This record gives sequence, C-alpha cells and structure tokens, in this order.
Amino acid sequence: MKKKEAINKQKIKDERLRRTRLYVPGNNPAMVQNASIYGADSLIFDLEDSIPLNEKDAARYLVRNALQNLDFSKIEVTVRINSLETEYCLKDLEAIIPTKPDGILLPKTELLEDVLTIDKELARIEKENNLPIGKIQIMPIIESALGVLNIEKIASGPRVTVIGLGGEDLTADIGAKRTKSGKELEYIASRIILACAANKIQAIDTVFTDINDPQGLFEIAKKAIEIGFQGKSIIHPSQVEPVHRAFMPTEIEIAKAEKIVNAYKDSIKRGLGVISVDGRMIDLPVVIRSERILKRAKAGLATDE
Amino acid sequence: MKFNTNTANRKIPTELHGRKLIPFSGKGKGPYRKRKYAPKIRKVSASDNKVLKSLRKAIKKSELTDGETISFHHHFRNGDFLLNIVCHEIAKMGLKDIRLVPSSIQGVHKEILPYLEKGIITSINCGTSGTIADAISHGKMEGLLTIRSHGGRARSIENGDVEIDVAFIASPTSDIYGNINGVYGEYACGSLGYAFPDAQFANHVIAVTNNLVPFPNTPISISQEHVDTVVELDKPIGDPSGIVSTTLRITRDPKGLKIARNCIEVLKASGLLKDGFSYQSGAGGTTLAATNYLREYMISKKIKGSFAMGGATKSLVKMLEDGLFKTILDVQSFDTYAVNSLLNNLNHIEIGASQYANPFTSGCVVNLLDTIILGGTEVDVNFNVNTSTESDGRIMWGMGGHQDTAEGAKLTIIAVPLLRGRIPIIVDDVISINSPGENIDVVVTERGMAINPNSPYYSILKRNKKLDIKSIDELKKIAEDLISGKPKKPKTTDRIVAMIEYRDGSVLDVIYQVED
Amino acid sequence: MKIERIAQAGSLESCDILITVEPSKPKTGIHIHLESPAVKQFGDRIKSEITEVVKRLEIQNVKIIAIDKGSLEYCIKARTETALRRASGE
Repeated sequence: MKKKEAINKQKIKDERLRRTRLYVPGNNPAMVQNASIYGADSLIFDLEDSIPLNEKDAARYLVRNALQNLDFSKIEVTVRINSLETEYCLKDLEAIIPTKPDGILLPKTELLEDVLTIDKELARIEKENNLPIGKIQIMPIIESALGVLNIEKIASGPRVTVIGLGGEDLTADIGAKRTKSGKELEYIASRIILACAANKIQAIDTVFTDINDPQGLFEIAKKAIEIGFQGKSIIHPSQVEPVHRAFMPTEIEIAKAEKIVNAYKDSIKRGLGVISVDGRMIDLPVVIRSERILKRAKAGLATDE
Repeated sequence: MKFNTNTANRKIPTELHGRKLIPFSGKGKGPYRKRKYAPKIRKVSASDNKVLKSLRKAIKKSELTDGETISFHHHFRNGDFLLNIVCHEIAKMGLKDIRLVPSSIQGVHKEILPYLEKGIITSINCGTSGTIADAISHGKMEGLLTIRSHGGRARSIENGDVEIDVAFIASPTSDIYGNINGVYGEYACGSLGYAFPDAQFANHVIAVTNNLVPFPNTPISISQEHVDTVVELDKPIGDPSGIVSTTLRITRDPKGLKIARNCIEVLKASGLLKDGFSYQSGAGGTTLAATNYLREYMISKKIKGSFAMGGATKSLVKMLEDGLFKTILDVQSFDTYAVNSLLNNLNHIEIGASQYANPFTSGCVVNLLDTIILGGTEVDVNFNVNTSTESDGRIMWGMGGHQDTAEGAKLTIIAVPLLRGRIPIIVDDVISINSPGENIDVVVTERGMAINPNSPYYSILKRNKKLDIKSIDELKKIAEDLISGKPKKPKTTDRIVAMIEYRDGSVLDVIYQVED
Repeated sequence: MKIERIAQAGSLESCDILITVEPSKPKTGIHIHLESPAVKQFGDRIKSEITEVVKRLEIQNVKIIAIDKGSLEYCIKARTETALRRASGE
C-alpha cells in the first residue's frame, strides 16, 4: 500500500488531454461563437497578438460575454491575455476572471515573478467575486531567451499546469531563422519539455503557420510527440484533424500500453509492489506514459476518419 | 374558404382559383391520370420554311392568344435574356392574362415585374427566386404561383395538368429545321434536359437562337419533329458569364467544411458506400465540399461507383474521368468543364426532366439513387424541409429536384447550418413545406446530426459511435439557446399567393401574402 | 455614465453588428435605429438587448444606430457596451 501512495504522488496534477489548443481571434464573433464545433481539445480566446491596439476593449468585452453566455460544453476554455507590461493585462483579468475560464495564458513569461504576480491578481479577483481560490490555471507561454533560461522556475510556479512554446517570437529573440522544420527550436523544446516533466506538467508545442499544408503539420506534430510534447497549438480549425491524427497511437502501441496498464491494475489489486509484463519489470513512468497513450487512442477512436 | 388537412398537417383549401385541390396524402399515394396528355398535331411540308428573323412573326404564327400558357427552360440560369425578350414582345403585342411556365425564374427576370402588376402575366408555375418571388409574396400578381419540383413540372406537362400553348426554347445552337443542342455556340449551356417535356408536349414550339447552322446539327438534343419555328435573333439571347461559371466555389468556411465532412461520415456509416454506389449532389459550396471528401474516400478505399447525377460540375466530371463513377447522367451542367465533358465524353449522358425525376413514368432515375445531399432554408422537428420561404414568410427560392430526389434516393441527407446569422434553421414548424419529413433520413449540422426515427437507416446509423447523433429536438434546443429564444412568426394576410405541389400533383402547402 | 462624443464598435462582418453611439440632448431618452436582415423576427429583441446595456451603464439620453449582420445576443451586448464606453471617454 505504501507503494500505491508513491505512485499517486508521481502523477501530474492535471491530466486533461490537450492534443490541440485552438487559437480564436477574440474580436471575431463568427469564429468565437463557433469555436467549439471543430473538435479541438482546448480553446484559446486571444486578446493579445491577433487584436489591434484600438480593438483591445472590444475583444475583451466580446470574449467576456461569450464565456458568460455561450455553452462550450466540456471543452477547455482559456484566454490569452495581454502581457504583464501592457496597460491591458489587468483590465483583461478583471473582465475575464469572473467568467471562470479554465485557464489564463500568459504571453512573454520570463520570470517566476511574472507567474507570482498573476497568481496574486487572480486570487484577489477570485476573492472579490466569491470564486474558489486557485482553481483557474496559469499557462505561461515562453517566447524569449530569458524565459527559456528561467523555465525550471516558471514550471514550478503556482497554478502552472501547462507551458506553451511561442516559437515565432522566440526565434526572433535569439536571432535564429524560423524554418518550417523547426530545427532552430530543438534545444529549447527539449529544455521546456524537461522542465515540465520534472514538475509533472504539460509542454505544448508552438503553432504551425502554413494552414494550407496539413501533411507538413502532421509530420511536424509527429516529431513533437516523439520528443515529449503533449499537444500543439493551432491557428485554424482545419489543423485539428492532422494533429489528432498524429497523436493517434498505432495498434501495436495501443496493445502494448493496454498490457502494461492491465498489469499495473492487477498488481495494485493483488497488493504487489512489482509490476511485470512478459517477465520484464515495468517502472511507473512507463505506466503513466501507457495511460496517456490509451487516453489518446480513446479520444482518437471517437472521432477518427 | 373550406379546408382539408393533408398528411403533412397543413391546411389546404378544397378549391383555389377554380382548381379543385387534392391534399397530399403521403408519397406514392397521389392522384394520377390514366393517359398522357397529347399535344396538337402539326404538319410541315417540304416546301415550308421554318426560319424567321422576327420574334413577333413567330409569336403571331403560333396564334398565341390571351389566357394562354407559354414556357421556357432555365439552362441559361441568371444569364437568360429570352424570357425577358419574349415577355416584352408579348406586352407590346397587347396580349394579356398569360400564364408563365418556365422551369425556373431567376434574378435576371426582374424586368417582367411590371407585367405581373399590369395583368399581362397573371400566374406563374415554377420555382421562383429573387425580385419576382418577393413581389408575389407581397401580392403583386393577380393569380397564383404554383411551385413544382423538376420532376413535378415534367409530370404536370406530360399528364396535362399544364397545357403549354407555346414553348420558347433558348437554343445555343439550332439548324434551320430545329435540331437543337446545348453544347456548341457562344451560349453553350450543356444539357437541355429541362426543356425536353416542353418540346414534346407543347402545342407549338419556337426555338430561338443566335447560332443558326446548316442542317443537320448534331448531336441532337431536341429534334426537329417537335419544333415549329426557328427564330434567328440578332439580339443576344443570353450572357455567357451568367450561364456557366468557369469555377464553382467550394466553401472555405470551416463550418461548411465540417458539415460536408459529416455528410460523408453518414454515408460511410450507412453501408451504401461500396462498389456500384450512385450519388447526386448540388452545386452549393457545402455540397461541393462533400463531393470532394467523397472523392478522397472513394480513392482511398478503391470504390467504383455506378452513376452520378448532375447538376454536373467539374468535381463530378473529374470523378467520372478518374473512374470513380462509370457514368454521369446530366439534366443540367453548371460549369464549362461539364459542358465540354458532355460534348466529348461518351459516358456523360444528357437526360431529360422526365427521365430524371417524373414520378409518373415507367421509372425515373431518382428511383435508382443511393444517396442525395440536399439543403434547405428550414427543417422542422418532423423533418419537413422548407426550401422556398425564408423565416420572415417571403418566397425566396424554388425547390429544384429536392422532392424528387428526397423521395427516390435510399438515403436522403439534408446538410444545413444550425443558424444563418441569428435565424434558426431547425424549428418547431417550417413556414412552408417543400419536402415532407417522411422522405428525409438525416439532418446534418455543424453541431451534430439528427436521424429520422422513421428512417430505415435509423438503427444502423444510431449504432455508429463516431457519429455525433442528437435528437432533432436537441438540435432545435441548441439553436434556441444560441439565439436566446425563438424568432417571431411572420405576419401574413389571409390571401393565398402560392401553392406548393408534391411531385404527384397533390398539394403539400400554401403560402400566404406577407404583411408589411 | 454620460455620452460625450460619437463612438463606434463592431463591424459589418457576418455575425457582427456595427453600433454607432451619438450624444443627445437631456430628456430626449434612448433612441435606437436598427437595420437587420432579421428585423421582422428579432427586431424588438435586438433593441431591448441594446437598451438593457444602456440602462445597466446608467445612461439616460443617447442615440444609437445599429447595423446588424446576424449577430447573437452576447455580441450585440458586447458591441453596445464597447461603443458606449468609448463614447463616454472611458
């Protein structure tokens, strides 16, 4: 029984499936009100880069009203607010938090202090609105060299469950060329994935900007999954399908994962401290990965082609 | 006025404008006559000349008089000038009380509006859109608009419900003896299928062309023994850019694409999508997208279909060329690619409106369709589909082959968005019925699909876990939640301005004049 | 809140609504001019949704021109609020 407790402790706090996080421009009603129909696991209503400065207020009220009045059923609903150094950041929070989004994406996160500041503001607004404290998640986006260097601290911050890689600004910041293959981001991606894994949170890959290249997206998503990303941010509804296809495990992978998970359940039922499959010892991270594979398979089978 | 209630639960007057109405009583149960109608016998001798340069002379020769019926085809779509030209001429000649029986009235025909108001044209039989439809809704025509499907129109001409006194046939190419086709000339429109019944059953037929060629003109779509006069006009009878489009646009709207993809998911789940499969779709953005998804799937699974029916489009013709279908049966061609294919491909076959969809023949092609994807302006919780009226009560559209294909096809899919703007598409009760719910199997929207519990495909589709199936009431509820309630019902007067026939000639519904 | 200048919010894109707000003299009340493809079905509802926002922001006198392109309630209210706040100089 001691072992079982240990197992649970190692599990990530938030196990939501986030194969796709769809960016939705926050000032476009046609896109905002239909955002939930395309099958993305998670929605990001954007108040930041897709909104010109003179429409920041309009987008803020539109997204606020949408979150208040529209039914997004079980899909995760998040909002990308404007970054801390802007005058809009606090206004965004004041308007959006009372609508109880699942999470807030914080762009240009560079320091643990950024997360702490947002955490404090969230707690204050939650309190003012009689909301439970600490339920709304913080999802930093790393898009600068400094952010990358502080990633281990940021990943350990309060409410942080997901970290996104913002590839466009990041490549500019380090002076690299943004390529379609994304090779300039390989080290950074690995470092973010590592920091997230150590903190049992999720790392989400950057966007793929060519919306007319589903095959290219599929291939790059495959690579992202191989190195440990648990999802990809997308910018168009048509990108849901190729990414979900990339996340679909093969039949062999599914069979193997089922075996491992069953063996794990069996070992718990029988009070065994050791898990073995086909005579080989299995450790916990392998079980967790297998559970993840099965979750992806289940989601994929529900909607596949 | 006395009323009967038909099986679609609509109140139908027992009599209207002197015609006794038979209420719709379910598919296959309608009235039918024992014999086809026969047109007048004409005689042309070896010494006679059929060609005239003057439209007026041709009309005089036809002996058209007040109170009679003239017909047109709509293969020139919004590029048709002939209907306007003839109506102007008739007005100048002082004729009145004319019944107009085109296969469709389009936006371009708004020029005839004054003739409705002056009593020169007093009733219209056809699907009507645009300005004329709106004027009729507002009570600007003395008599009645009778809306028929393409098959219903062919039936009404062949069984004599409609006696055409003079048929005017806009002819892309004709020879001096009236052999006509639609594949040559500046105004090539492809198939002339909707004009076939007119040519065969009118008492007098006038071909009007800008492209007169020596005898014999081949291929022959409409043949000389039906044609009394060939008018060679200097004035153009059409506008090529309105007749065929060079490229029909597939929707880029992700909502439309989602609906299209889900239509193909339904098809896959139905079990119909296998070798020998037959298919028809329209030329709307969403259905074109569905056709493209179908293409990808048929290629990936190496499925070889039997026939596709047009509205022939480039997408469909490509599938013929790639061997995904053996044949295209073409009652109307939408783009230049399809016109060229009809001319050059032996497996691209022109068919007439009766062969396409007339229920009172020894078998029309819609009976052999596996599936059809259709649209609509509204669908109600009984799966009745409206294609003719908008939710404010105004007549805006006809119905094409909706009724015919919906009854004939094994699996009828209605592809509609849940909302258009704030207007809900799934409602308690449609404003007017064009296709009765008994013929509809599935309604596909961007927020899920509903299967008609009476459909033979209900259980097989219901079992499929991949389909996002909801009840039609649930879909209606989702729409109402989005729009915060229900739209106000349109205000109407008690004057009936239009009647919707079922394809068998019984009456499905009537439409009242709107109040402003 | 007081309306001090002309301001606009929204657009003429499908599913949106363009709200123009103008100051008006004291005691003239709330005036709404509405154009909409669904004016017969939803005209009264749209006007009352706009009015609701005006009253919530405690504005007594204002002229509003609304050109609707099939927008839903949440959008109508957001655009109205944005326009009013812009017009108040907030």
